[in-house]
Amino acid sequence: MSTSYYVKDEEIESGVCELEIPQNPVDRYLRMDRMPHIWCTGCGIGTTVNCFARALTESQIDMKNVCVVSGIGCTGRVSGYLNLDSFHTTHGRAIPFATGLKLANPELTVVVYSGDGDLIAIGGNHFIHAARRNMDLKIICVNNFIYGMTGGQVAPTTPLNAIATTSPYGNYEEAFNLPYLAESCGAVYVARWTAYHVIQLTRAMKEIMTKKGFCFIEILAPCPTLYDRRNKIADGLEHMKLFKEKSKIVKGVSAKDAVINDQQFILGTFVNRERKTYLESMNEKFSDVFGSRYTPYGVKL
Amino acid sequence: MKADPIGVLTGTHFIDGDHSCCEGALSAGCRFVAGYPITPSTEVVERIASRFPLVGGIFIQLEDEIASSIAIAGAVWAGKKAMTVTSGPGFSLMMEHIGFCAMTETPCVFVDVQRGGPSTGLPTLPGQADIMQARWGSHGDYEIIALAPNSCQESFDLTIQAFNLAEKYRVPVLFMLDECVGHMTEKVVIPPAEQIDIYPRRYTKKLPKDYLMYAPGPDLVPEMAKAGDGYNVFVTGLTHDERGYPATTPPAQDVLVKRLVNKIRRNADDIVMYEEDQTDNADVIVVSYGITSRVALKAIEWARRDGMKVGTFRLQVIWPFPEKRITALAQKIQAFVVPEMNLGQIVFEVERCSQGKAKSVLVPHAGGTVHNPEDIYQAIKGSL
Repeated sequence: MSTSYYVKDEEIESGVCELEIPQNPVDRYLRMDRMPHIWCTGCGIGTTVNCFARALTESQIDMKNVCVVSGIGCTGRVSGYLNLDSFHTTHGRAIPFATGLKLANPELTVVVYSGDGDLIAIGGNHFIHAARRNMDLKIICVNNFIYGMTGGQVAPTTPLNAIATTSPYGNYEEAFNLPYLAESCGAVYVARWTAYHVIQLTRAMKEIMTKKGFCFIEILAPCPTLYDRRNKIADGLEHMKLFKEKSKIVKGVSAKDAVINDQQFILGTFVNRERKTYLESMNEKFSDVFGSRYTPYGVKL
Repeated sequence: MKADPIGVLTGTHFIDGDHSCCEGALSAGCRFVAGYPITPSTEVVERIASRFPLVGGIFIQLEDEIASSIAIAGAVWAGKKAMTVTSGPGFSLMMEHIGFCAMTETPCVFVDVQRGGPSTGLPTLPGQADIMQARWGSHGDYEIIALAPNSCQESFDLTIQAFNLAEKYRVPVLFMLDECVGHMTEKVVIPPAEQIDIYPRRYTKKLPKDYLMYAPGPDLVPEMAKAGDGYNVFVTGLTHDERGYPATTPPAQDVLVKRLVNKIRRNADDIVMYEEDQTDNADVIVVSYGITSRVALKAIEWARRDGMKVGTFRLQVIWPFPEKRITALAQKIQAFVVPEMNLGQIVFEVERCSQGKAKSVLVPHAGGTVHNPEDIYQAIKGSL
């Protein structure tokens, strides 16, 4: 609900005006005493957090049991701004920390919110194994194509020929197709959106909050300070325009074909399937072996 | 409180030090273990994997030691008592998370069954060369607690003590077995659950609105809250204030890091554990730990037979080091003889605490097997 407000003449004269600003609906999900945040003007991460907060509202799950785990980096700071049980762990290790958290208390809904460098470069091994095990984690990966916090170094997601501080002549390594990686490792839900596609992104985030198993959302986002300005994109706004103009939303397409290049960004939900989670498989095995001597782990009776 | 009987295998057993460590963890209430196979520690997690399903525990073999050492932190913040188990190269990989657990005051246990190093070294053979790594291996200033058992029975008893100290001081505790103790088989008596004291987690009783995550108590240890209890905890490896919020300033660093160090240093008298024998009239005292303390017994027996006044001092808790006691003993003896399965680690602590009042004589060994008692005997003789 929006409220318009006009400053009255007498208020201009007296210099005192009493604004009645309605509370932003996402405020209650944020640690407002930590504002302002560290993200640059035009950065896409804040937009994704806004979508996440709205998805939490819409999903109507018990906030008391929602945990957010981050690694290190610009997106790694998300956990600390969310007014939930939040964990800012070590670089690349958000997924194994989240694994411990989830297994120790299966009632928790555990979200891993981190960047492309954190989850896919240094943390890549944990990503593929957690997907293989179908660990019940919701992975939100903000991909800004670069290492932002350390000053704009090349990442496994940096497009070919893009300039980064450690690829000053242009990147000559092939970038990862993250949805394809997630799909091939066994993720049960895989989608890619951009910081421009807030409606679809919010919907996807809401969907994974109640879906069991290893869910993965990649969000393409502008890094105006360290990626855009070195790569002939004027600012965050222009990058958002690129997302708007060059995105192609597909349906029923394998993540294998979810390409990102100069011509287009393929977006959409690539995988939405069912597999037994790690704990379901474990409980099934132990119940087979031990029969009634085994109490299924983490199952509410 | 007392141990939960479901995890306590009361009775007399003939098991090795690795298995005994596993039973100690079960008795202590450990219900989450993450690990990665590595000799000579693997038997601990093999037994855990076999024992856990019927005691309500959860074991996961993860993709590496890095994952294992942070997964236990996650499990602790969700309410479990947790440990990971490794050796040599795996211990090196875990260093970052020892620092993370120290910084976030996450109570947990890291077991290192020491083998010969450096690098891949001697995978199946003993060493005691990770002692300084245990103390200093992660970057930055911090304090940990480390214990070293010298028998299978003690591997059980001290594992429980390791968990209790971790909870009491909210600190990672390093359990420094060596391959010999890990792989030798002895009688182990596991008492009834009601005879095993357990230090419970220091959960706050405050309401979320009144609770500050890192406000220290009188012993400098803060009260804990866990995920899912409505406290909206915020745990970060960044330097933080009492709310747990990042505060990357020199004053915040000064307050936090000094407290992390002082909560162990100021409580060292409560933490240190050692065994002494015949130190009252000794001219020379043999300081040792782990399997080497048992090898040294033969040399001490020979030396006493030959009329030398030899005392023994065995470290059970290695870190914090029993500085006060070593300094006191140094005043009245001629020398400390320090056999260790490395080329000099604890001997430098002994030398530091001796403050020049007594000689410190190292009996080095590069690892792979235990000392020849003759070498220790000669060092005792030569020190007088």
